[in-house]
Amino acid sequence: MKRRDEETVNRDRRSFCKFVLLGACSLIVPGAALAAANRKPEAGGWYGTTYKPTEHLYGMGIQVDRCIGCGRCVDGCKKENNVPDEPFFFRTWVERYVIAEDGEVTVDSPNGGRDGFKGSVSEKRVLKSFFVPKICNQCEKPPCVQVCPVGATYKTQDGVILVDSEWCIGCRYCIQACPYGMRFLHPVKRTAEKCTFCYHRIVKGLTPACVEVCPTQARVFGELGKIASPLSRFRRMNKITVLKPHLNTEPKVFYADLDMEVR
Amino acid sequence: MNHVDANLYPLLKQVVGYIYPNEIELHWNLLIVVYPYITGLVAGAFILASLVKVFKVREVQPTYRLSLLTALAFLIVAPLPLVVHLGHPERGFEMFLTPSVSSAMAMFGFVYAWYLMFVLLLEIWFDYRYNLVVRASTETGLKRLLYRILSLFSRDLSMNAVAFDKKAVNTITIIGIPSAFLLHGYVGFIFGSVKANPWWSSVLMPIVFLFSAIVSGIALMLLIYMVVSLVRQAEPDMACIDKLASFLFYMMIVDFALEGLDFVHRVYQSEESIQILSQLISQRLFVSLVVIQLLLGMLIPLFAIAATKVFRPPDELRRLVYFISALLVQLGIFTTRWNVVMGGQLFSKSFRGLTTYKITLGGLEGLLVSLGFLVLPFIILFVLIKVLPPWKEVEEEAVG
Amino acid sequence: MWYRVPEQIRHLLVPCVIILGGAYVARLFFVPADFGLYGHYRASSVVQNAEREIKFAGSLACSDCHDAEAAKKKTGYHQGVSCETCHGPAAAHTQDPENVKPYVPRARSHCLLCHEYQPSRPTGFPQVVADSHNPVKPCITCHQPHDPKPPQVPKGCEACHAKIQRVLAVSRHANVQCTVCHETDKQHSVLPRQYPPKKPQTREFCGKCHAQDAESDREIPRVNMASHGEKHLCWECHYPHMPEAH
Repeated sequence: MKRRDEETVNRDRRSFCKFVLLGACSLIVPGAALAAANRKPEAGGWYGTTYKPTEHLYGMGIQVDRCIGCGRCVDGCKKENNVPDEPFFFRTWVERYVIAEDGEVTVDSPNGGRDGFKGSVSEKRVLKSFFVPKICNQCEKPPCVQVCPVGATYKTQDGVILVDSEWCIGCRYCIQACPYGMRFLHPVKRTAEKCTFCYHRIVKGLTPACVEVCPTQARVFGELGKIASPLSRFRRMNKITVLKPHLNTEPKVFYADLDMEVR
Repeated sequence: MNHVDANLYPLLKQVVGYIYPNEIELHWNLLIVVYPYITGLVAGAFILASLVKVFKVREVQPTYRLSLLTALAFLIVAPLPLVVHLGHPERGFEMFLTPSVSSAMAMFGFVYAWYLMFVLLLEIWFDYRYNLVVRASTETGLKRLLYRILSLFSRDLSMNAVAFDKKAVNTITIIGIPSAFLLHGYVGFIFGSVKANPWWSSVLMPIVFLFSAIVSGIALMLLIYMVVSLVRQAEPDMACIDKLASFLFYMMIVDFALEGLDFVHRVYQSEESIQILSQLISQRLFVSLVVIQLLLGMLIPLFAIAATKVFRPPDELRRLVYFISALLVQLGIFTTRWNVVMGGQLFSKSFRGLTTYKITLGGLEGLLVSLGFLVLPFIILFVLIKVLPPWKEVEEEAVG
Repeated sequence: MWYRVPEQIRHLLVPCVIILGGAYVARLFFVPADFGLYGHYRASSVVQNAEREIKFAGSLACSDCHDAEAAKKKTGYHQGVSCETCHGPAAAHTQDPENVKPYVPRARSHCLLCHEYQPSRPTGFPQVVADSHNPVKPCITCHQPHDPKPPQVPKGCEACHAKIQRVLAVSRHANVQCTVCHETDKQHSVLPRQYPPKKPQTREFCGKCHAQDAESDREIPRVNMASHGEKHLCWECHYPHMPEAH
C-alpha cells in the first residue's frame, strides 16, 4: 500500500518537475532567439567614416608663464558646455599661487577664477606669484575609467576621456578616483561630468573653447605624434612636466614652467 | 537652485586652506558609511557561524543558527543604502549587464550575488531543510504553503538525506569562509585601491576592514544572543557567552595591532601626504578617531574584557561588562567606517586644505534614512526568527 | 540515473535554472546593441558627445564677414586675442546674423579683467591700476579695442613691468632708471618678444658704480671687486631690483 502511494507520489513529482523545466525552457529559448535577432550593432551617423578617430591623439600644453589669470577660459568653458553656474562645478579652473620668501605657499581659486582674481596680495614678502590653469589631464592610463563599474566613462580611440550620461549610474567612484579633482556630479543630470576637450569641437577641426578664448595663448592644443602640430612645438621648445607623475596616470596635458609647489 | 547647492554655499566659508573647486561637495557620505558597516556585520556573523561547523568550537553552538539568520537579515539590507545613494538608482542593474572587470565595485556585485545565493541562502536551506519539511507536513493553510515553498517541495526525511544535508552544510561553510573574507575584503579593496587618495590607499585596508568586520560581527552576536535570551526569558548559556567574549577579545587584539601597524607605518615613512593627514586627524577627526574609535571603541572594551578574565567576577557582572563592551565596540566600528569614508574626503587632493561635512536630518542621504537602514535588519531578523526558529532544532531532532 | 542525484540537489536545480536562465535572457534584452563595438562602452555615446551644440564659432568664422575689424586686429596688440574672448560665444550669431547679436563689452570692468594690475600676472603684460588710470572713464574712449595702441607711448617701463617697478620703487635702486642697466631698442614697446632688452653680462658692469675706485656718488656702497663674491656674477646673490643684502 505504502509503496503504491510512493510510486504515485514519485510520478506526480516527476511530472511536476518536467512541467516546471519545460515551462522555463519554453520561455528562455524563444526569448533568447528573439533578442538575438533584434541585436543590430550601430555606432550612428558619421563617426568613423568621415572622421577617423584612430588617426588622432589629442593633447594640450599649458605655458604657466603666459597665464594672466583673467578667467576667460573658465567662463568660456561654462558657456560652451552648459556647466552649472554655481561655484561648485568646474571642468577647468585657474589657481593662483603666492609663494612668500620664507617658503609659505598660499593657493586660492575664487569661483574657479571665473571672475578673475581680486584682493591685494602683500607685495612685501612675496618671493613670486603666478597663475596655473587646471584641466582634465585626459590620462593615457586613466584611474577614473579603471574604476567605473558599468563602462559609462571611457577612453576614445583619439585619446579623449568621455562620459556616457545616459549610461552613468551616478555611483561617483570615478570622482573619488581622479587624483586631480577634475570630475564632479552634475546637480540636475545626477551623472558624472568632466572636461571633454570639447570633443564636439575638436572632431570638427576647431579648438576647445578654453583654448579659443585664451588671450595670451597660455593653452596650446594639438596632437601627439603629429610632426606639424602646435603641441609638438610646445613639447620641443619647453621643459615639460605633468601633474602627479608618481601616480603613473600618463597625463596628456603638459605643463611648461611649472613650479614644484603646484599639486 | 536645488537643495544640494543651498547646502554647499555655507561650506565654502568653512574651508581651511585650499581645496580643488569641485571638492566642496562630498560624494560618499552617511549612506556609504552605513554600507561597509552592514557588510562587516554579515561577514563577522558568518565567520562566527563557521567557528561551530569548521573549527568545531562546541561552546558557541547556541548561536549557530542565530548567526546565519543575522547574516542573512543584514545581507538583504546591505545593498539598499548603495542603491539609494546612486544618482540613478533605476540604472543600478547595469552593474550586472555591462560590468567592467577592472572595477572593484562591479566585481563586488557578483561577489555579493555569489555570497547571497550560493553560500548563505544555500547553507541556511540545507541546515533548516529537515525542519522545513517537518513543518510543511504539520502546519495547515497558508503556513503550509509557505513551508512547502521554502523547503522547495522537498520531502525526503531519510537518514541518508539528513547526512547529505550535514555534509553539504560543512562543505558550504568551508567555501563560505573565504567567500565571507572576499565579501568584506572587497569593500576594503574598493577603498584601498584608490591611489588618488592617500588616506584610503593602503595594502592593509582590506585586511583591517576584514578584522574590524569580524570584531563587529562577534560583538553583534553577543548582543543579539543576550537580548534574544532575555526576550524569550531563557537562561543564556554562560559558556557560550564567555567563549564569544574571548573570541571578541582576541580578534580585537589582532584588529588593534593591524590598525596600529598602519599608523606606525604611515608616520615612519612620512610621505608627502603626512602633513595634511595629521591636520585632518587633529582638526577634523579628533573626536571620532581618538576619543570614540580608539578610546571608547577599542581600548575600554579591551581592558574591560581583559579584567573579566583576570578577576573572574560573577556571571551577572560579566554579562553586564560584555554587553557594554559589545555596545562600545559597535559604536567604535561604526565610527571606524565613518573615519575611513569621510576622512578620505575631508582633505583636499591638493594636500593643501580641509573641508567640512554637514549631516542633514531629512532627505534621502540624511540621518533618518540611515537610521532606518540600521534598524531594518533587526525587523527582518525578527521575521526570520519567526519563520525559521533557531532553537527548535533540539525538539525536532528528537522527533526525527 | 536522475534519481541517483540526491533529492535536495534536484529540487535546488529548478530555481537555479530559472534564475540563471532569466538572467541570461535579461542580458540579451537589456545590454545595448552597440555596447563593446569600440571598447567597453556604448559606441553611440561617442556620437552623442560629438554632436553637442557648438557655442563659440572661432575667429575664422568672424573674419568671413567682419574682415575690416579682422584686418585692424591683425597687426595690433590684440592680434592674439580671439574675437569671442571679448564678444562671448557667437555661433548663434553666425547662424542668424540679423536677429542674434553677440555681446559688445563697453564697460571699464571688462577690460580690467585682463588689464587690472595684479602682482601675480607675468612680467611684460600691460597692466594699469584702475583707480589711478583715468578713473571712471570707459577704456574705449582712448583705446580702440581692435587696435588698442595707447594714445601716448608709455613713459616708463612700468606700464608692462608693473611688479618689477613696484619692487624696485622701495629698494635701494629706486632712483636707478631701467635703461641704466637694460639697453632697450625703441621697437621693444611694439614687438616686445622680437626686440628684448639687453641685460648686463659681467661683474664689471656693476663695478661701474660699486667698485672701490668707481666714479659714482659717494653714497653708493663700495666693495672690493677682486675679493667680494669671488667669481660669482653679482646678481647670483643680489636681486638687482631689490639688491639689499639684508
